Amino acid sequence: MSRLLLMALLPFSATACAAAAASLEPAPARRAELVNMVRQDCGSCHGMRFKGGLGPPLLPDDLRGKPVDGLVLTVLDGRPGTAMAGWRPFMSEAEARWIVQKLMSGFPELEARGQGN
Amino acid sequence: MGWRLAARLFSTATLVLLGACAGQGALSPPLRGTGDLGIVIERASGSVQVVDHTRRAMLGEVQGLGDLSHAHATYSRDGRYAYVFGRDGALTKVDLLERRIVRRIVQAGNSIGGSISQDGRLVVAQNYEPGGIKAFDSDTLEPVSEVPAEYAPGKFSKVVGLADLPGQKFAYALFDGGEIWVSDFSDPRHPVTQRYPAGHQPYDGLVSPDGRHYLAGLFGEDGIALLDLWQPERGVRKILSGYRRGEQKLPVYKMPHLRGWAIAGEYAYLPAVGHHEVLMVDTRTWREAGRIAVKGQPVFVMARPDGRQVWVNFAFPDNGWVQVIDTLAGKVVHTLAPGKAVLHLEFTPRGENVWISARDDDRVSVYDTASFARLAELPAKAPSGIFFTSRAARIGF
Repeated sequence: MSRLLLMALLPFSATACAAAAASLEPAPARRAELVNMVRQDCGSCHGMRFKGGLGPPLLPDDLRGKPVDGLVLTVLDGRPGTAMAGWRPFMSEAEARWIVQKLMSGFPELEARGQGN
Repeated sequence: MGWRLAARLFSTATLVLLGACAGQGALSPPLRGTGDLGIVIERASGSVQVVDHTRRAMLGEVQGLGDLSHAHATYSRDGRYAYVFGRDGALTKVDLLERRIVRRIVQAGNSIGGSISQDGRLVVAQNYEPGGIKAFDSDTLEPVSEVPAEYAPGKFSKVVGLADLPGQKFAYALFDGGEIWVSDFSDPRHPVTQRYPAGHQPYDGLVSPDGRHYLAGLFGEDGIALLDLWQPERGVRKILSGYRRGEQKLPVYKMPHLRGWAIAGEYAYLPAVGHHEVLMVDTRTWREAGRIAVKGQPVFVMARPDGRQVWVNFAFPDNGWVQVIDTLAGKVVHTLAPGKAVLHLEFTPRGENVWISARDDDRVSVYDTASFARLAELPAKAPSGIFFTSRAARIGF
């Protein structure tokens, strides 16, 4: 019975995972906004290269072994007693998770803006 | 008369010719002063633009300065060289006339800014990693001495708010250590440091234009630490304590910045941390003299050099606006939208124009401060700080 249920559910969970993975990557325009926000605005405390500043460094080596869920919550709700503010008004939870995963694996570079600049 | 005069004439002619040749040499820049020059930091590309604020023009780019997030610059007293402090701990000496890097050293792991001594001989960097300040020969950038910010055994603090003072001194604040330190470099190789408890998490500091009062803004508590440098033995006095007691502080998406431009006439105009307000302080009594409602959380609150206006920019997400306070009326009289992500502004030395950088629009705009008309738009790559050479002649810059 339980095996039957499991087998019945398996295809659904597989599609659910695929959907989650696909939705993790923001649409190109939003992705560029998020990369800019993280490098530039988070960068005002953590550094554009994430080597740290008033806030701690956020390079893959610094984040290795830290629980992803905890980091996502820090991004969304901040950390009391420190200067870290919560960014929930400006991003979804899925976007925060994407940011954390990219920080942990190597964050994308800024995309060139138009006008030949 | 005769051959002697002829010889003299000949040699004079030769000198003139030689001079003319030297003048045409490809390596010699045209003869000019530096009083109306400056730099604009291009934070994402590790470059600076050398600018001329008389002609409102970009003169040329200097590349290769490294990670310029939160870059800061101070000037040699002749206004020819900019010392640029990069996030990556690099200190780069840039020649504004030849538009090239003269010297570059990596002096720390993580740097936040710097200043120059009263006599112009020492350039001092303030560092987050390793926490402390370091002094360098302003000519050669050779290290001279350092003061590690070890506030407790084995504990080093990030240093903020470094300001030069009269008497070869520098004041600065310890973010983690909660203290104000004053280091005297009269003997450059053996600085002598005095420590003063300041409060919880000083985030930046400023010295009044006369060099007398040092103020450290506090992030971890409402209030500002004030040290009278003419009577330092009296210690730090807390002003504006609990300026918003009981009210909910908003999340702070960017730390405010303090510098001597906060003072206009008898008042200091200071950012309220976590609130949409500018705080007015009477500099004779150091008591609160009023609050001015503004559009967002202030980052830079800068008086025009004559003190009649105070211009304010804001933290994310209100960073597309700039507001102008009329100091006589005590309220906002104008609101501008100079572009996306306004990071910094700088007045021309006598205040007829202000230059404003809009990072995400890749441009610097020049405004007339009387009519608020936009006079020029100059392209720059993700511009942040704008630093004019007039800083060379001011205490605390």
